This record gives sequence, structure tokens and C-alpha cells, in this order.
Amino acid sequence: MSLNELTAHEILGLIKTKKTTPNDVYQSVISAVREKDSAVKAYVRTCENNADLATLKADAKFPIPTTNKDNICISGHETTCSSKILAGFKPPYDATVIKKLKETGALFVGNANMDEFAFGSSTENSAFGPSRNPWNLDCVPGGSSGGSAAAVASDQTIWALGSDTGGSIRQPASFCGVVGVKPTYGRVSRFGLIAFASSLDQIGPLTKDVTDAALLLNIISGYDPMDSTSINEPVPDYTKSLTGDVRGLKIGIPKEFFIEGLDPEVRQAVEAAIEVLKAKGAVFKTVSLPHSEYSVATYYIIATAEASSNLARYDGVRFGLREQAKTLRKAPIIDMFEETRDAGFGAESKRRIMLGTYSLSSGYYDAYYLRAQKVRTLIKNDFDAVFADCDAILTPTAPTTAFKIGEKTDDPLAMYLSDIYTISVNLAGIPAMSLPCGFSKAGLPIGLQIITKHFAEETMLRVAHTYEQATDWHKKVAKV
Amino acid sequence: MTTQTEKKFETVIGLEVHLQFKTRTKIFCGCANEFGNQPNTQTCPICLGLPGTLPVFNRTALEYAIKVALALNAKVSSTIKFDRKNYYYPDLPKGYQISQFDKPIARDGFIMIPTASSEKRIGIHRAHLEEDAGKIIHDSDIKASLVDYNRTGTPLMEIVTEPDLRSPQEAYDYLTTLKLILKYLDVSDCDMEKGSLRCDANISVREVGETILRTKTELKNMNSFKAVKIALEFEEARHRAVYLAGETITQETRLWNEIKQMTVTMRSKEQAHDYRYFPEPDLVPFIVSTEQIDEIRQTLPEFPEAKLNRLKNQYGLNDYDANVLVQEKAIANFFEDCCKIYQEPKKICNWLTGAIAAEINSRNNDIVQLKISPQNLTALIAKVENGVVSNLVAKDILTMMIDSGQSADIIIAEKGLAQVSDDSALEKVIDEILAANPGVVAQIKEGKDSAKGFLVGQAMKKTQGKANPKKLGEMITRRLLNA
Amino acid sequence: MITKKDVEYIAGLARIHLQDQEIEKLTGNLEDILGYIEKLEKLDVSQVEPTSHALPVQNVFRDDVVRPSLSQSDALKNAPQQHNGAFKVPQVIE
Repeated sequence: MSLNELTAHEILGLIKTKKTTPNDVYQSVISAVREKDSAVKAYVRTCENNADLATLKADAKFPIPTTNKDNICISGHETTCSSKILAGFKPPYDATVIKKLKETGALFVGNANMDEFAFGSSTENSAFGPSRNPWNLDCVPGGSSGGSAAAVASDQTIWALGSDTGGSIRQPASFCGVVGVKPTYGRVSRFGLIAFASSLDQIGPLTKDVTDAALLLNIISGYDPMDSTSINEPVPDYTKSLTGDVRGLKIGIPKEFFIEGLDPEVRQAVEAAIEVLKAKGAVFKTVSLPHSEYSVATYYIIATAEASSNLARYDGVRFGLREQAKTLRKAPIIDMFEETRDAGFGAESKRRIMLGTYSLSSGYYDAYYLRAQKVRTLIKNDFDAVFADCDAILTPTAPTTAFKIGEKTDDPLAMYLSDIYTISVNLAGIPAMSLPCGFSKAGLPIGLQIITKHFAEETMLRVAHTYEQATDWHKKVAKV
Repeated sequence: MTTQTEKKFETVIGLEVHLQFKTRTKIFCGCANEFGNQPNTQTCPICLGLPGTLPVFNRTALEYAIKVALALNAKVSSTIKFDRKNYYYPDLPKGYQISQFDKPIARDGFIMIPTASSEKRIGIHRAHLEEDAGKIIHDSDIKASLVDYNRTGTPLMEIVTEPDLRSPQEAYDYLTTLKLILKYLDVSDCDMEKGSLRCDANISVREVGETILRTKTELKNMNSFKAVKIALEFEEARHRAVYLAGETITQETRLWNEIKQMTVTMRSKEQAHDYRYFPEPDLVPFIVSTEQIDEIRQTLPEFPEAKLNRLKNQYGLNDYDANVLVQEKAIANFFEDCCKIYQEPKKICNWLTGAIAAEINSRNNDIVQLKISPQNLTALIAKVENGVVSNLVAKDILTMMIDSGQSADIIIAEKGLAQVSDDSALEKVIDEILAANPGVVAQIKEGKDSAKGFLVGQAMKKTQGKANPKKLGEMITRRLLNA
Repeated sequence: MITKKDVEYIAGLARIHLQDQEIEKLTGNLEDILGYIEKLEKLDVSQVEPTSHALPVQNVFRDDVVRPSLSQSDALKNAPQQHNGAFKVPQVIE
């Protein structure tokens, strides 16, 4: 087994016993990228020209090769959100998570591909072209953190950062057969995460197993005075929650998630997972999240409204792309804004900016944005009611396995509906994760989603770890 | 039957004042909040609106805003939230301004303004907090505009009146009264030249007796209170003329042109404003407790109106003098400090509003910066009253005191400026003057008494002003009688 | 019902110069999506408070303490065009 295929906790063990060095591991990852990425296209940019980012520090606690998503700012390193409009943008500052990773000695591999501004579920909306699913190169890796998930699944990194606004960590984790965690809103600082929807965005880990997820979460979590929405609560050592004991835990199965549209193979895998956890002593009951069917509609109003405003700063004035107008239409400055934004944004970005602008525009606010915020309350209340009586909720991560590249690009609504199981979690601000729970007959991974209440990441990781220890899905390797 | 020209018009004015706070840092980031630095030297990723950055609210900005709200006798919101006002302009880095839409920090306040007969209540509709934008400089040489973001993120409070003002003069009086209150609060420089206080006006004109407002125009680009008044007068006349001609006013924004002394239509924005306000998700709500408000209330200063009345009652000053003193809080305080040491309020007031005011003016400074203490000033005044120095010399001494920071005693001693009252020394001087001016002496003896003044002047010159001129006159008279 | 004219108005607000065919396509897309979103109208939300933040965090301040700013050259480093220490943009006419 080559070093790049190992997990972080395995590597740390080998370094401790002097069986390998951080540099050897890093080189092994770099060779894997050279060998495989022309096929997978997980990266939009490596750190080759930015040696600082991969320099080993003397007292490094976690000198682990780490992949960054292209929407998290690293000082001096081009960060583009896989968009033309941010071409050449080098942030003059580090995101808080990057600062924390640097402090613990991370060795950066590069920035992973994503749907432009995290708008999508397939990575097909990247200005750099789609990433590919390591399990089947004709399939999408999911999105928007598709590059991060594909990099982890194809062993082109040890672990990666992603961001999750409506499932953007969990769905690609599911499609690529890796572990992906969306922490409680406010658990991880958003400072330096280029915003999609501020009230929903959260950074989280994509890893090869649950232990690594706990380790990476330990590094990136915590209160940040630079983010007003970050929560000032102590961060536990998440690895301590990996006890393997779920006896007596009450787990809810929401009946609304097992309906029409759920792929039978996915259903079977999740039902099998329930049996595994039952055998470990967990208690299951059917629960109801009655407003689930409204989550996608609610999400697409709130997320696009916030996005339309968050993306207003891409105007060609201070950074990134500027297109000059060829002829005068309105006024020189307005023409520059409009040409820049026309040339710089891809089709999906324009679609979402338009939708968000529409729902906030004069006369529509109450009917769309305000109503969506109220339904958001109902969705949140649904979870509160279930968690009054349950420790966790278990669902499929996505209704299907990875779909073919190009399959849904002409049907935005169908694409939006592929996030149907993940979206409500972001609306409620609660933590959730995906981990592998089987494969389809076609050999594509299936993801299991575990959801808990605010700040109950420990319970979530404990359930996931217990399941993982009882199965060996996480040990399967995609051959690229 | 009334003819067109007999119509009686009434003017309705509302003002929007933008006030920059003089907090140390900007409202949502730690950049210094200073005026006049090199362009783009006071910015950071946050106020430049770089992708990924987030705002964090300045505690002191909220405190200042509550102070203003209380000074305006307004209701302070118990929950404060921010909203995004979305529009594109190169001086607005994020493409939205963080402002307050439906829950302003203050509403339903008022201030009293003086009128010819008594005073009038001007309602404050609302006041809210927001971030200032950057500055655009139009550079005709390179046919482009240049943007400086130093000002971006300066805490700004917008104070909006009810349409209670009925004339340009009232608008002017409101502004001066408001400015004085705000200066007393010490939350802003209130300097229109530096843009720390700015004013836009809404004006409409209707016939007396009408109950609904007619179409208003919005006036911008006035750079002084006087300009606000003149622009309103211009616009008031324009509205009346339009109505008299049987035409209608168009709702629009007009810019005051200082050079042409007229308002002109602002090139109409290519589309109507649709700001798409929504709650700022990057900031959390802020809860203001009644305890907190009470605590801040305790720190409020005595306001100008109260101070004016107290100065009149406590020190027996007349309305004019008291009014001059309260125009500058520091001067009024200095006055009171002086009165504690030396119980001659009227004399102290005269010095402050006369010689000291002149010094402040010529030095373009303020009383706090001048190197003079109440102790030193009152000591100087006492010396004049005791005849140690003449009033004239005292003014020179004051200048020297301010230049050097020394006391009057030291300066008088060093420069030998005490009045010469030694008769023998003066006799000697008079001898010399009489000897040197036999012609004048002859004229006086012939009865031209007024020529005596010339001799006094000569003697004063000779003593470098140290002699008491009255005494000199008496001595000369005595000598000529005896001669 | 969303019309081509609505889409043009929204594009103006969003400052995107859309081509005619894009407008056509977006009109259809938005029609579909808004049609789907209509399902929210089935819910009675008259008694429901809106949620802006998922967690009830309040009163997060910073102290009024100066932190270092960027140098002028760092501030302008990403600027598409600059002149005399300022960001240069096409003429803004008032």
C-alpha cells in the first residue's frame, strides 16, 4: 500500500514510530496527483508554485497533506471559486481554518475543483470543466465539493476541506464513497470562506474514515472573533467520542425520506445499515419531519437571495476580471459592471443571481423571501420535535448514486432535487455527515447520512464510527 | 374670486443629516477611522469587501448611536438588526451597504429650535446606523474615475426629520441647533468641510390650507448650512413659480451647484431604485437593555439649552453673552472653571468672547489646545483690574502667554511690562518730552488743550506703554500750569 | 407568470448584460423554478416567526481598537487598473 492511500491517523502513527516522514507522504501524494489528475480533474491548482504552503514546520503536530476547496482563502495563493470572474485573485489574508491548519503544520496540496461559487451538485458548473468520479470517470463526483471528494477518493490527498450550503460536502462524499461532515452552523469559522449563502454555509472535512473526520474537525473548529456568527462554545476532542458504543441510543428514521424517487439500491443499503446499528444496540423508531417536502423550495429562495447579494462584489473594480464595454449602452461604469458580470459568471451562477434578485425585488419580498424564512422556522421546529425524543436521525445522503456527466445539466430543477435529503439540515443549522454504506450493482458508492441536534457532533461521530467499525466499505479503494 | 398671483404658499421641508462618528476604528473592521490620509492606506480585506471577509460590529459605534438617540429624545429600539441595501456603485465595495431598514436604532424623537418669538418642536422621524461609502475622484486628465476606500466603513448615523420645517430659515436653525447638540455629545467632529456632517433636503410647496403634501424634490450636494438654506430658497421659489405657471413639479433629485447658485437635475439614474433590503445574515441581532440605556443616559452631557439657562441664572450673564459661550462647550466649561477661581463672570466672559476668541480664530485652534489655563487667564485679568498692567499691554501679554505657556507674572517680570507709576521716573520722561517739543508746549499754553494728547502719546512711546496714560496727562497739565 | 420584460428588469438590477438567447432561456428556467416554489403557498405561515439565523446568537461586538491596515500597494494588488494609489474605473458621471 502506498503512503498516499493511508489515512491521516495511520500516517501520524508511522511518523511517530519513524517509519515514514511527512515529506515522503507529501511526495507520494504529489506523484499520485501527477499520475491521476489528468483523468480525475480534482484540482484546479496545485501548490507547486507556492512552496511555502508545503514547507514542513519543525513542531508540526499534523503535517498532513491537505487539499483546500477553491473557495477558501489562502494568503497569496490564487483562489477563484472555480469562476472566471475571480481569475487571478490572490487573497491578502488567510481564512481562519487555513490559519488553524498552518498552525498545526498542514502541507497544502492544492485547491480542489468545485461548482462555480458552490452553485451545483455535480462540479459540472466549474469554469474549469467537470471533475470526474474516481469510481466511474463518466459519472459526476457530486458537488459542489466534488473536487475535494474526488481527490480524497482517488488518494490524491490525505484529507480535504469542503464547504456545505445545502449538501455540498455530504452529497459528493456519498457519490465518491468518502466521509464528509457538515458541522453545526457556527462551529467552524466562515471567515475566509467565499460566501455563497451566509446563513447556511459551513466548512467541513472530507476524509477517508470517521477517525480522520474527527481529527480534522478538532483542528478547524472553534470560536472566531472575526465571524460574528461563530459560536463561543468549547470544542471537545472529537476523537474521544469514537467509543464504538451506541447501546441505547435512539435513532429516528424519517418516513418522508423513504418515498418515491429513492433508488431501491440506496434504500436497501440504508436499511442494511440500520440492521448493523441495531445489532450494536441502537434503538430505531420511525419519526416524521412533516415539512421536508418544502425544504428544496425554501432553500432555493433563501440561498439564492443571499447569493445574489454576496456576489454583488464581483463588479470588476477591486479584483478579478474586468470587461470593458465595446460600445456605450447605459453609462461607462454601468456598462463595465454589466459586461464583467456577463462574461465572468457561468450559466448557473447567473440563474441563481437572477432568482435571488427576483425574490428580493420590490413587491416580491413578502411572497418569497419572508415566506421562505417562515417555512425555515417550521423545518427547524420539525427537527427540534424529533430531537426531543431521539439522539440522531438516519437517512440516505442522496436519493441516488452518482449520475452521468451531462445527465442533468439541462434540467436545473432535477439537479436541485438531488439535494433533497441534505438541504433541510442547513436550514436548521444542525450537524450531519455522510459515510459509505455500500455500493450499487454498477459499483458506485452509496452514502448514509447521520444527523444530530446542534453541537451534538460527538453523538453523530460515535454512531458513524460504530457503523464504520462493523463494516469495511471505507476500505474499498477506487482504481483510477 | 382669487387670481393666480394671490395664492398663498406654504413650504414643507424635511432634512436628512448624515453624521460620521469619531470612533477610533471603522464600524465593522479595525481600520483606523481618520480623515485626510493618502488614498487606500486605511483599508483591510474587510472594508475593501474582499471575498470571504465578514463584518464585526464596533461596540463604541452602538454606544454613540444610543447617545445620539437619547439626545434627540427618541425611542431606542430594544432589538437592533442590520439589513443589506443592495445597489451597485464603485464606491460601495460589497455591492451592498450594511444599513438598517425596518428597525432603526431610534425613532419618534424631537429637538426644540429657537424661533423669533419662542421655540418650535421639530420631530425626528428616525435615526439609523450604517457604513459610509468610499470616495470617487473624477480625473478628467485620464478620462476615468479614481476610487479611494479610506472612508469606507466609517460609522454613519442618518438622522431624518419629520416634514416639520416650514422655511429655509427654519431648516438652517434646525441644523445649527442639531449640530450644537451633537458637538456637545462629542461623538463626531461635525465638520461639513471634512464631510463628517452632511445634509440632504426634501422640499415641497403647497397652498396654505392643503392637508396632503405635494410632489417633493430631493436636494443634494450642499457643502455648508448656508448652502442648504440658499438651495432651499432657490428650490422654494422654483416650486412656486412652477405652480403659478400652472405646471407641475417632477419628483427628482437635484444637485446644488455652488458656482451657479442654483439646483440642477441630477442625470436621472437609468432605473428606479429597488434596493432589495433583507436582514444581514453575517451579523447577529443586538439586544439593548433598559439598564444599558440608563447607564449611557448617565454619561450624557448638559445640553446647550440647559447650559444657556444655567449660565444666565448662576452667573447673571445676559442672553447674548451666555449664548456666545455655549456655542463651544469647551469655552463654556473654561468660563466656569475661571469663575471658580475669580468671581468676576462678566469680565471673564468679555475676555473669552473678545481677546481669547480672537486668539483662537487667528490660530485656527480651540481652547483646549491653547496653552492657557483658567488659573493663568484669571491671574492676568486680576492684574488689569489692580492696575498692574494696562488693558492694552495685557492683550500682548496674553499673546505671549499663549505662545509660551508661561504665566503673566513671569512674562511681566521678564519683559519689564509692569506699569511705571514711579513719579520721579515719569517726571524725567516728561522733562525730555517738553524739551523736545517746544512748539507743542507753546500751542498748549495758547489754549489748544487738545495738543496735550500728542505729548501723552510721546510719553507712552518713550515708556514702551508701561506708563498709565491718565496719570501722564495729569502730570503734564500740572507741569505746564506751574511753568 | 414571469415575462421576458421581468427578466430584463431583474438582469438590470443584478447588473448582468444578458444576451437575448440567455434572456429567453432564463425566462423558461425561472418560470419552472418559481412554479415549483409555488408549493410554499400551501402553507399557512401567518402565525410563524421568520428565521434569519439558525442559532440564537446575540450581541457579538468588537472593541474599538485599531488593527493594522493593508499597505496601499497590498490594497491595490488585485486591482484590474490603478492610478496614483487609487482604483481606476471607467468614468462615473454625475
